[in-house]
Amino acid sequence: MKNTKKANKSVHLSALKAAFPHTVPIMAGFLFLGASYGVLMASEGFSFLYPMATSILVFAGSMEFALAGLLLGGFDPLSALILTLMINSRHIFYGISMIDKYKGMGLKKIYMIFSLCDETFSVAYTAEPPPTVDRGWFTFYISLLDHSYWVIGATLGGIFGSLIPLGIVGFDFAMTALFVVILLEQLMKEGNLLFVIIGGLSSVLALLVFGQDSFIIPAMLLMLLAIVLTRSVVDKDKSQREEPS
Amino acid sequence: MTFYEGIITITIVSVATMLTRFLPFLIFKSGKLQSGYMNYVGRALPPAVFAMLVIYCFKGMSFAAPSGFLSQLIATAVVVILHLAFRRTLLSVAAGTAVYLLLVNLFFV
Repeated sequence: MKNTKKANKSVHLSALKAAFPHTVPIMAGFLFLGASYGVLMASEGFSFLYPMATSILVFAGSMEFALAGLLLGGFDPLSALILTLMINSRHIFYGISMIDKYKGMGLKKIYMIFSLCDETFSVAYTAEPPPTVDRGWFTFYISLLDHSYWVIGATLGGIFGSLIPLGIVGFDFAMTALFVVILLEQLMKEGNLLFVIIGGLSSVLALLVFGQDSFIIPAMLLMLLAIVLTRSVVDKDKSQREEPS
Repeated sequence: MTFYEGIITITIVSVATMLTRFLPFLIFKSGKLQSGYMNYVGRALPPAVFAMLVIYCFKGMSFAAPSGFLSQLIATAVVVILHLAFRRTLLSVAAGTAVYLLLVNLFFV
């Protein structure tokens, strides 16, 4: 009994030790961005319990920033649902890529799927544990460490954000800056320009027609429609690359 | 929004996020995607959605007076330039936010 317990403990310890170095680059980012999210929530008058709870329960950075906006607006469950599905749709493709890697990992797999954010995916998909370390627990601790950094950052931001003098405004720009950076990164990937234009034009059009309080859903429908319609164009481009258009 | 409406909104966002994470594990047996169509939409959605989110952030801009857009414009330019130069997300976000805070609190009150 005692021996299995000891062996079990060393499995965890060695997995945690092997996982930690892979998460260090993410630690800085998550502590800072998490803290910005916490400060933003505090500056809008929310208790630190909000950023703490949402960073535990949602754990999808850009969605949490968007959630801050949702909580400040009027009650609109349908928009909240559709916005979440659209922003987080990329998770579906992370999941598909991890199906084989997460096979046979038992109960901890449930937590690993629950916490599969962009950064955890990029590390868990590529990082190789040393041969003596259990792969399942290695990936589990990568997920847990990343999640913890974000929760710690958001909670501290929420606590200390309330110390910021009243009347200082503009912390919400952290969200704008983050989205601009992600958009730039998307633009640097080949073939994405068309989709950025589609997303931008659909949104501007919907904003002009429906106004700023109710443009999100029409913008998303328009965007989906345009994406579906351009598929034939994109594919045609591929098959008729030689022909001038 | 009342307290309970807030709780409901957080619950919806949380459950919908979980749905996007658990769905592939529930419906696909292996990681080989059968449909090229899904692949295409999956590739197209993220860039389009982030373009929408940037527009969403700028939705309140007003061009009636310089104070309605100048701070955002300058701070966004700082973010873009820094990111193109250094490609460090933290640096771009921190510097852009700092510039914005200075502008809105000191110059365009």
